[in-house]
Amino acid sequence: MSPKSMQEAVHKTVRGRAKGGESSPKSIVFLIILWLAILFALVFLAVLIVTTIVDGWNRLDSRLFTEYPASDPEEAGARPAILGSLWVIGTTAVMTIPLGVAAAIHMEEFANRHHWFSRLIEVNVQNLAAIPAVIYGMLTLGAMGLMGVSNKNQVWVGALALSMLILPVVIIATRESLRAVPAEIRQGSLAVGATPLQTVWRNTLPAAVPGIATGSILALSRALGEAAPLLLLGGLVFLSFDPNGITSGYTTMPIQIFNWTSRPQAGFHELAAAASVLLLVMLLAMNALAIVIRNRYQKRW
Amino acid sequence: MNASTDNARASQTVGSTNTIVHGSALPSLEVPVIDCDSVSIFYDDFRAVHDVNFGCKRNEITALIGPSGCGKSTVLRSFNRMNDLIEGARVEGSITYHGEDIYGPDVDAIEVRRRIGMVFQKPNPFPKSIYDNIAYGPRVNGMKVESMDDLVEEALTKAALWDEVKDKLKQSAFGLSGGQQQRLCIARTIAVQPEVILMDEPCSALDPIATLRIEDLMQELRKDYTIVIVTHNMQQAARVADRTAFFTAEASDTTGDRTGVLVEFGDTATIFESPHDKRTEDYISGRFG
Repeated sequence: MSPKSMQEAVHKTVRGRAKGGESSPKSIVFLIILWLAILFALVFLAVLIVTTIVDGWNRLDSRLFTEYPASDPEEAGARPAILGSLWVIGTTAVMTIPLGVAAAIHMEEFANRHHWFSRLIEVNVQNLAAIPAVIYGMLTLGAMGLMGVSNKNQVWVGALALSMLILPVVIIATRESLRAVPAEIRQGSLAVGATPLQTVWRNTLPAAVPGIATGSILALSRALGEAAPLLLLGGLVFLSFDPNGITSGYTTMPIQIFNWTSRPQAGFHELAAAASVLLLVMLLAMNALAIVIRNRYQKRW
Repeated sequence: MNASTDNARASQTVGSTNTIVHGSALPSLEVPVIDCDSVSIFYDDFRAVHDVNFGCKRNEITALIGPSGCGKSTVLRSFNRMNDLIEGARVEGSITYHGEDIYGPDVDAIEVRRRIGMVFQKPNPFPKSIYDNIAYGPRVNGMKVESMDDLVEEALTKAALWDEVKDKLKQSAFGLSGGQQQRLCIARTIAVQPEVILMDEPCSALDPIATLRIEDLMQELRKDYTIVIVTHNMQQAARVADRTAFFTAEASDTTGDRTGVLVEFGDTATIFESPHDKRTEDYISGRFG
């Protein structure tokens, strides 16, 4: 083959168009379809956010934070719901994170992975993560009935339901970040005479903390936006005081929004929109924090 | 250090190989520090190593060489019970440390590992500062030390790393080069004052200059420690080791599984210059493996 024809042959095969590469009509049509799919999602989201902000704009003021629910939408605010959300989420975090991290450490670092019991738990955790939130509300309701707790509108009862809801998520996130710590690090630790527990406590776990923090924050932000299980647990109440402890009565922002939306007066609908914007901002802030932690502290091995 | 001195050191080290007189010059010590007696190692039903007998003597460097899959790393890892971490791993026969069976019923694997340290193939510093990497071992072992600073300096000095890192002890160990990281891992091992240091292909991830530095370091460490090294690099074994064990893998007639066997063990000079076994000779001369 002459150098010239060789060059031509190479030219023909290497260039994309010859084989239906990136610039062929087929690929371009496919690319456009992908773009439209993304556009649809983004437009939908933007419309939702913009209309909510427009609806709630007039009520996005200090009254939202300072006032208690009232029969007159002009005088009503979400103060107890905001505080209630903070109490419930705080309690959920305290209940879930230590338990979830401990469970994940056991499963990842100590349990015999091939034992049938470990596998059973593993499959269970995976499945629990996919169970609808309302089921956890029913479960907690049943448990409270068995325990003879008649007043279910308490912060810790709501937190218990949310805790069960996000426990599988925390466990899975923690396991993932523990697994990301290379085996060589554990071996290095054991090789200088550290016990397996010391290895976890001083080496593996600290290295996994950024991932655990990120996963936990994302899980908590899911719990923050959850209304269904709390509705079952009597979270839908008219509260005229600040929740102030784990046995206090409470309502949360999603429930308050749900409540206001179902009222006939337009004023309450504005209020619901304003509270939604606030909830959205809180969720975005939590997710942003998770991303910051991930980007700043996550280790590259 | 600049490149020309490195080259000078390189040629000197390589050149000196032939002049080192092994064999009769070595003291024959009564009890080896580590002694293998009919050792077979299994992973579940698979026999990885069959009937290994040899001993590692005090203040000597023992090299384990052989083709891939011959079980030399498996043998090394059984010396400080790192094989325990692999599910289904099992040792038959006896591996003794000063006459004590390290797989005995009352023996604590943690204690074994404190006395028999290990340096791995890939440098594996902890995600901590240089200082904390060294201090980690003494801390987890609850060693009573008068001054941790002194201990860190001593370990780093012994590992020939002190001058390079003394101004950045609080910085992450991940900022060091591969060769420095490996010396840090050696320093980390030294810091718990072991008697034996096991090295599993410690230079395979390093460039030739970093490799020579580690080899020089091994000659220094040999005065205080007993070293066992697994290496793929026959020249390295010839350069650093006092005694060499040559392993190979043999396929079973019935199952076809490849099992590691110890072919020959002796003074490095004998193994490399006048091996008794044909298989050793073939491997050394590059006809096989």
